[in-house]
Amino acid sequence: MALDQSFVGRTYPPTEPYEVGREKIREFAEAVGDTSPVYTDPEAAKALGHPDVVAPPTFVFSITFKAAGQVIADPQLGLDYSRVVHGDQKFAYARPVRAGDRLTVTSTIEAIKSLAGNDILDIRGEVHDETGERVVTAWTKLVARAAEGA
Amino acid sequence: MTSKIAYDDVEVGTELPARTFPVTRDALVRYAGASGDFNPIHWNEKFAKEVGLPDVIAHGMFTMAEAIRVVTDWTGDPGAVVEYGVRFTKPVVVPNDDRGATIEVSAKVAAKLDDRTVRVDLTATSAGQKVLGMSRAVVRLG
Repeated sequence: MALDQSFVGRTYPPTEPYEVGREKIREFAEAVGDTSPVYTDPEAAKALGHPDVVAPPTFVFSITFKAAGQVIADPQLGLDYSRVVHGDQKFAYARPVRAGDRLTVTSTIEAIKSLAGNDILDIRGEVHDETGERVVTAWTKLVARAAEGA
Repeated sequence: MTSKIAYDDVEVGTELPARTFPVTRDALVRYAGASGDFNPIHWNEKFAKEVGLPDVIAHGMFTMAEAIRVVTDWTGDPGAVVEYGVRFTKPVVVPNDDRGATIEVSAKVAAKLDDRTVRVDLTATSAGQKVLGMSRAVVRLG
């Protein structure tokens, strides 16, 4: 069933702050096999002008996707998550995420489309730090494939 | 932000050093833990096949994370990345053997933009198939 278009533009309440830890950044960098010291050594990060170690560019997805869970699990929207695949992902950075950040995410439904029985949902996550400055915006396109026989 | 590449030293068509990234089953388990994405299609072969996949597939976000390393290695500073976007076109299928899969990433400067930024277009393939589409980054150079 097509998703309700009246949800376009709906903004969900900001998430509780996520505190970015040095060791979580290290774990993520190791998981993607990146040995750059800017992710693990505060002095190397400072040499590049960062106050502390920074996170790899896609690190923040874990935070924004968790926030998007508010949208995905919204019973009024009624998205069938078992049929969802990740279509597109985009980030626009004001600055890199870094250790010590306390980040909140505000998710907004930007678009809902129906194409050949598939529901396509565009969610924008605005990520702010504890001072209220925008750090990054993440756009996530989810595609809920048509149910068989639908 | 301190890019080791100068804006004036690049032109449209400048190629970034290409890279090949291995993807093994244990890398996917590590990535699941680090990212919090425990979808069983990324580690459970039986489950993956039940939902119609040929085998376990890599997280799309793992592929996205690998591809941008071509850019962050080039600039030397991940803070140089202003924008980064991809479309997930095909899955990276990761067999349970000693070799796993590989992701081959190439990139070139596609446009010189304002404010000492350039657009870099990336190509990522695995087993001869393009796994990312519309894969682009905007990068601030020195």
